[in-house]
Amino acid sequence: MADLILTPNIASGDDFYEELISAHDGLSKEDSDAYNARLLLILANHIGDREALSAAIKAAKRQS
Amino acid sequence: MLDDRYTLAYKLYPYARHADQDADAPVRHPVVVLGGGPIGIATAVDLAQQNIPVVVLDDHEGVGMGSRAICFAKRTLEISDRYGAAKPMVDKGVVWNIGKVFHKDGQVFDFNLLPEEGHEFPAFINLQQPYFESFLIERAYELQKQGAPIQIRGKNRVDAVTVHDDHATLEVMTPEGPYTLETDWLIGCDGASSPLRTMLGHEFTGQVFKDSFLIADIKMINTNFPTERWFWFEPSHGSGASTLLHKQPDDVWRVDFQIGWDIDRKEEMKEENIRRRLDAFLGDDVEYEMVWSSIYTFQCKHMDSFRHGRVIFAGDAAHQVSPFGARGANSGMQDADNLGWKLGMVINGQAPESLLDSYNSERLQGAAENILNSTRSTDFITPKSEMSHVLRNAVLELSGHYEFARPLVNSGRLSVPCVYDGSPLNSADALIDGPARTRPGAPCPDAPLADGFLLSKLGGQFTLLAINCEVPEALTESGVTTTVLSLKSADDKTGALAERYLGDAASAVYLIRPDQHVAARREHYDENLFRTALKRAIGKE
Ligand SMILES: Cc1cc2nc3c(=O)[nH]c(=O)nc-3n(C[C@H](O)[C@H](O)[C@H](O)COP(=O)(O)OP(=O)(O)OC[C@H]3O[C@@H](n4cnc5c(N)ncnc54)[C@H](O)[C@@H]3O)c2cc1C
Repeated sequence: MADLILTPNIASGDDFYEELISAHDGLSKEDSDAYNARLLLILANHIGDREALSAAIKAAKRQS
Repeated sequence: MLDDRYTLAYKLYPYARHADQDADAPVRHPVVVLGGGPIGIATAVDLAQQNIPVVVLDDHEGVGMGSRAICFAKRTLEISDRYGAAKPMVDKGVVWNIGKVFHKDGQVFDFNLLPEEGHEFPAFINLQQPYFESFLIERAYELQKQGAPIQIRGKNRVDAVTVHDDHATLEVMTPEGPYTLETDWLIGCDGASSPLRTMLGHEFTGQVFKDSFLIADIKMINTNFPTERWFWFEPSHGSGASTLLHKQPDDVWRVDFQIGWDIDRKEEMKEENIRRRLDAFLGDDVEYEMVWSSIYTFQCKHMDSFRHGRVIFAGDAAHQVSPFGARGANSGMQDADNLGWKLGMVINGQAPESLLDSYNSERLQGAAENILNSTRSTDFITPKSEMSHVLRNAVLELSGHYEFARPLVNSGRLSVPCVYDGSPLNSADALIDGPARTRPGAPCPDAPLADGFLLSKLGGQFTLLAINCEVPEALTESGVTTTVLSLKSADDKTGALAERYLGDAASAVYLIRPDQHVAARREHYDENLFRTALKRAIGKE
């Protein structure tokens, strides 16, 4: 079981962000939302760790 | 008609009639640089320092008013130092390290750039472009006084060009009428809308961004704003979709408002309207004078090839980027740095013309990198789709709470020089345990030595740098002689040299190009292998 990582952990962030944004190219808002949902579930499965997932679900709730 | 297209800040090279205008037949020069902007002057200074005769033609008589570029990166200062112009830039420039990011009402986070120690020059300075250009021009005149063959001809507008196999013919307009010039080599540094590019029918392709930005350079009265960079995403004062505040010398601040695509330029440029935005942004109690303002739109474009026979393009004429990340002038200076020594060697008969093709491939690689970075910043600052906007704002929100999101916030990335990985001039890396940052193709990072800094000792010619090992006093191959710099651990009090050039290796020998990029490296000196490396680095392999 690992703690949820909230410090920078992606080697080339700009690359990743560009790839993420371009995955949405040409999609309608509805398709984009659905895409995000699928992506989230795939990533969650990859993480697997239940405690980390719960911590992530909580962390994302915080509003600024 | 030879009207100015822009107002001058400083008239530095007034028109003067030249004997070439009265010659019976067109006079032939080795190199003509078309355009006296920062990149044209830098290129000319590079050549003049090698004693190659060079004539700069510009259709104005000095430096344009208004600061386009304000951020000049370390590499630019290092190159300018090689050109003998960096000291006044640093003295005049403003150094900053603290940046703040705001979203809507509040500050999301701040950062300190914490630049690496052990470099002669800061990570970058803020300096108005007219100062930057003036210091380069002053250096050109200083060289001229010392007898270097450099001329700048003001109010000499190039109206037509005919390109031949081994030269080009230029029709030049002056206030006293036209004349014709010939040149063996023509360097096109005539800016983003390059008339030369158009005259020769070369394409300039890429992306146009549908947004306008209003720049206001203002002088603060009785106010002490800190020397920091502030960037607002979606500021609640509503005076722009994003706003940047940045300090320049002379108590001048740059305010840059993103104001959208469908705007009435004339309306927006009225002082009262600019002041309305500024007051909403700064608050009513801040007093300021307007120094300069302008509206700009931008594109990220480049030519497919920077070399067309005897015509070579550099600077904005060859590639244009968005201002985010300050890569325009900074990358153009790397063009000059890359081109100068290669053209010099070709003209002196030391290298084949094909060496210039490596200018094309290396600087195309640099341009692609710069365009990629500036496009990413632009996409973050001005999201193109609803989802891109949602994700962008999610990054901003998260960055207020969690450190992980901060590196994803992209309001412009610092301009860093290109590593020429895969360049035909490189020899395979043979320093097994050496640091990646000094691999072949990389620009040499500076390091403090017992008596000064490393880069100031690597100026302008090929150098063999030996650390903790024996090397001969010089190496001569194909008429090119390297200088030798032999250092020991005792020269490296801070350990920075070892960290940057040895890594886990006990010793190292580097072959370094005149533009301070690494051509080859290995643990020990081997005459044959370094001969081959030098041949390759001058395009003879
Ligand atoms: C708003 C803004 C902000 C920027 N900020 C930055 C920054 O922070 N950092 C950075 O590095 N860059 C920045 N840039 C980019 C920078 O200003 C340019 O990259 C730089 O000026 C390019 O220099 P250049 O010499 O290639 O071209 P230019 O400066 O455009 O010079 C071209 C010269 O050629 C002359 N010319 C044109 N046609 C002819 C002709 N037919 N005959 C004779 N002469 C001719 C022109 O008069 C001019 O003097 C910014 C640009 C803008 C617009």
